[in-house]
Parts: sequence; C-alpha cells; structure tokens
Amino acid sequence: MTRNARDFWTGLIYIFFGSSAIIIARDYAMGTAIKMGPAYFPTILGGLLILIGVISVIRSFIVAGIPIGAFVLNGLVLVTVSVVAFGFVVRGLGLAIALPLLIIVSAYGSTRFRWRPTLVMAAGLTVFCVFVFLKGLGIPLPIIGPWLGG
Amino acid sequence: MELLSHLALGLQTAATFTNLFYCLVGVFLGTAIGVLPGLGPTATIAMLLPVTFVLPPVTALIMLAGIYYGSQYGGSTTSILVNLPGEAASVVTTLDGYQMAKQGRAGPALAASAIGSFFAGTVATFLIAAFGPPLAAAALEFGPAEFFSLMILGLVASVVLAQGSLLHAIGMVVLGLLLGLIGTDVNSGTQRFTFGIFELADGIGFVTVAMGMFGLGEIIRNLQNEEERSVMITKITGLWPTKEDFKRMVAPILRGTAIGSILGILPGSGSILGSFAAYSIEKKVSKNRAQFGKGAIEGVAAPEAANNAGAQTSFIPLLTLGIPSNPVSALMVGAMIVHGIQPGPSVITEQPALFWGMIVSMWIGNLFLVILNYPLIGMWVRMIMIPYQFLYPGILVFCTIGVFSLKNTEFDIYFMALFGALGYLFSKLGCEPAPMLLAFILGPLMEEYLRRAMLLSRGNPWVFVQRPISATLLGLAALAMCSILIPAFSKTREEAFVESSG
Repeated sequence: MTRNARDFWTGLIYIFFGSSAIIIARDYAMGTAIKMGPAYFPTILGGLLILIGVISVIRSFIVAGIPIGAFVLNGLVLVTVSVVAFGFVVRGLGLAIALPLLIIVSAYGSTRFRWRPTLVMAAGLTVFCVFVFLKGLGIPLPIIGPWLGG
Repeated sequence: MELLSHLALGLQTAATFTNLFYCLVGVFLGTAIGVLPGLGPTATIAMLLPVTFVLPPVTALIMLAGIYYGSQYGGSTTSILVNLPGEAASVVTTLDGYQMAKQGRAGPALAASAIGSFFAGTVATFLIAAFGPPLAAAALEFGPAEFFSLMILGLVASVVLAQGSLLHAIGMVVLGLLLGLIGTDVNSGTQRFTFGIFELADGIGFVTVAMGMFGLGEIIRNLQNEEERSVMITKITGLWPTKEDFKRMVAPILRGTAIGSILGILPGSGSILGSFAAYSIEKKVSKNRAQFGKGAIEGVAAPEAANNAGAQTSFIPLLTLGIPSNPVSALMVGAMIVHGIQPGPSVITEQPALFWGMIVSMWIGNLFLVILNYPLIGMWVRMIMIPYQFLYPGILVFCTIGVFSLKNTEFDIYFMALFGALGYLFSKLGCEPAPMLLAFILGPLMEEYLRRAMLLSRGNPWVFVQRPISATLLGLAALAMCSILIPAFSKTREEAFVESSG
C-alpha cells in the first residue's frame, strides 16, 4: 500500500493532466525544433508532467508522509455550487434573486450559520451591489430578469 | 541630474488631482480588504482589478499600485492584531507583532510597521528610479534565449520559495505552464485544449484563476478551520512609539530595507524572502535578541521594512524586463495588457510619463499609508472583528461579480468555481498555488521565446548555454535548485516555514 497518500494522488493528477495534454495535442501539428508547431511545447510539458507524476507515485511507496486529512465537503460543495448557480440564473432571474441565492447557499456552509443575520446580510449586500455594480460601474446585468418578466 | 528630472516628470503625472485621488482610494480600499482575514494581496488585487478598467491607463496602474501597498499594510495589521497573516511575506510579522499586541503594545507595533514600510518604500523608489533605466537598456540587448532563461530562473526561484515538497512545486509549475497554453496559438491560429468551447479561444483569464485559487480556495480552506479561528480583541492604546522604541527601530529598519531591496529584485521572490531573511539576521545581530519572539519591536520593524522594500523593488524586473516575478506582478502585467501597454524595456522610453508616474505614485501611496494609519486604525480593528461567517459570503459576491465584469460572461464564473475547488484540492494535497499562477501567466510567453530562440539557432538547443547572459541565468537557476538539495539549506527552509506556520 502507498505510504504517502498526498504524493500518490498528486502524482496521479499529474499523470492524468500530462497524458491528456499529449493525447489532445496529437491532433495539432507537431512541427520541428526549428519551426515548432502548436503541439510541440504542450507535448514536452505533458511528458515532463507525467515524469514528475510517476516519480511522485513511486516515492509514495517508499517515503512515508502525512495523511491528507478529512475534506470539508460541506464547504467545498456549497461554495462551488452557490457560485455556479449564480452564473446559471443571474441573467434569467436577475441580481435581486441571484445574489441572495449565492449569499444564503454559501453562508449555509458555515458551522455557525443562522437564518436571521444571514437574511439581513443578504438583503443589505444585494441593495449595495445593485447600487455599486449596476448603477455605479454599469455592469450589464438585470435587477429583475426576463424569466420573471423584468 | 537626469534622475531628478525623471522624478519631476513622475511627480507631475502622479500629483494631478485625479491621480492622487485614485491613489488614495486604492490605498484605502486595499487596506480595507487587506485587513479582512484570509485575503492576501493577490486576492485583493484580483478582486479590485475590474474596478480599475474604467480608468485611463496611468490612473488605473497608480490605483493598482496603491491597492497593492494598502493590502500589504492591511496584511501586516491583521498579523499584528489577530495573528493572521494575509500572505507569506507577513508571517514573520506575527511572531513579534502579535506578542506586542498581547502586551497592549499594538500601537507601537503598527507604527513600527508603518514607519519601517514608509522608509523602505522611499529608498526603494529611488532605487527603481536609479536602476530602472540602465537595466531596461541592458534588457534591450536581450534576445529570445535570454528571456527564456530568465523565465526559467523566475520559475525556479518561485519553486525554491514554495512551501512544502520541491517535487510538487515543480509539478505545479509545469501544470501552470500547460494551463496557460489553453486558447488560440498565436503562431498557427490553432485552438488548443478548448474542447470547442468558444469562450476558451482567448484562454482562461488569469484573474479568473487567481480569484478561484486564492479567493474561493482560501474560503473553502478557512471553512475547514472554522473552529480554530479565534480573534483576540486587543485594545489599542497609545499608537505612538516611545523614544526608546524609535531608537531600537532605526538600525533594524536600515538593515531590513537593504536586505529587502536586494532580494526583491530577484525574479520569483518578491517580498517573501526578504522578510524572512531580515528577521533571522536581526535575530542574530540585535542587542535585544533575547526578546525576539516575545514582543521585540525590532522583530516587527525589520521584516516590515524588508517586506515593503522587496514588494517595491520586485517591480524592477516587471517594469524593465516585462517579466512578472510573483502573482501580484503577474496581475499587474495583466492589467497593463488590458490597457494596451505591453510591459517590457520599451515602456520607459515610449511611455515615460506612465513609467515615472507609477514610480512616484508608489512613494505617494506609502505616504498615504502612514497618514491613513493614524485616524483609521479603529475602523480597521472593527473590520477585522467581523465574524467570518458574515464575511465570506460577501467576499464571494465581490469575486463573482468581479470576475463576471471582466468579459461579461458567465463562463468566467464557472471557471472561477472550478479553480476554487482545484485550489482547495491542491492545498489538501500539500501543493502551493503561487508557483502555478506565475507559471500560468508565463506559459504562452515562454513558448513564444522558446520558438524564437530555436528558430534563430536553427534548432540547436545549446543556444541557451552558448550565449553568455543566458548561460549565466540558467547557471543561477541551477544553483538555486542545488541549494535546496544541500541539507543545511533545506533544513533552514523547512524551519523558516515551520516557524511561520507555528
């Protein structure tokens, strides 16, 4: 078994990215050393990355390391999902809905989450952003989106 | 005196009402966001970058420089008051600064930091003014081989300075270079690694990556350690240092400035190396070395001076060679390109007002910091004490809207989320994001210089060691790489980082 989970998984990630780069770059022209094509540099880098990944994986069986530790799945998922969700609905529903959604969903990731202060903050921050970003900096986003007839 | 006439031109540019105003706004906003826990200069600049796009180039860069110094100073403030360094360069400040704050001497510690930074900033401004033009002139002699080797040196330096495993720092650099190649290849027009996604034709924006890795990634990391975060409320009484304090500050500030200025010029280092070196040297030479770690004002003044001197002299490779040496200057490069300025040796001659205006504004920004520090400290303390559960949704909002406003596309929001998750994953695996971001911005540049160098040498790869300047740069890179393999150095490297995370 591997004695260093960090080295092991990082190595696999490197090997994945390195080989993807090489495989995808096969569709591009390689060129020559004098006149490098678009595939030349990515192929070198991909090879290098695979090499580093292999060293890392091999090392993980020889040298012991510290464990990875638990992932904060709650925070990871809620923060990522809230941001992506904002991107999905902001044009359709408008900032007035998308911003509170982003704020409340992400705030839920905290162990200290409480509804009342979060709602107050969501309202205040939304009003502030509408004024600063929409009115002040002229960012082209609707307050109430077309999905709501805005 | 040519130097003085240049500085006069700079003063003329920087001291207009508009530019002074935006410099002040930049310093203020930078400090305000920099004091928020978990937001270092990189995330702060990335967040505020879109705001500067509406301004004319000179004003925008002046404001950005202001944001940079402000956020650094904000980081020092949180280091001293709550033992939370915003970035690697201010970790040493926590060692003695926080101890001083615990003893009720937060005021003098903050003043030592401000005065040290201001003095260092003043010296570094003159250094840039004096050494910038000759260096730029020398850089005009640089061919593609030299630029390529210089970038190798910069990346190696960032690897050496990265925390944790050397192998993974190199891996992150290579991964960053690869990710930087996403988009249209300038030579052939081929779209590389875009998966047919139209928005990827221009590549992934560096601000998107920076905000994801340093902004979102950091938030997720902080949610992990939520229970450990304890903000100690320190009452600030007596901001001004005593006469005794002043006496003890002078020599450390001078030494810190010298060390920081020299180390800051090295590509890849920025201000981190300087503050660590200044602290350990001070610990060896100071008369009060017994007090170090227990609240010695020297232990605040020296690294803070070095930190700021290095932050400023790290602009020398950026302004003269056009090569960013750390994530912050990478962001500045991006900002310059957005404004249609290609950073490099020609900026000094072609846009003297911009170049000198920016340099003088650095000094003015430092002056504003000292002035702002006094009346606003109460406000910074209140901002630091905002509980994190209310803070991070707000940071998310600013990051998200900010990244959207770059190109008005939702795609950047999705990529930011992706890089946030990746940044968290990599930090769990013990890989630092800073070298990756630097490599990300250098990727396409390196490929371009490699191509040109190989074209000129007719495919002979030895060109990099046959040209003397290029060979010297590569030699330095090899030396830096070897130094880490020498047991004594790698031991101090580990100790420095252990000390910092302890």
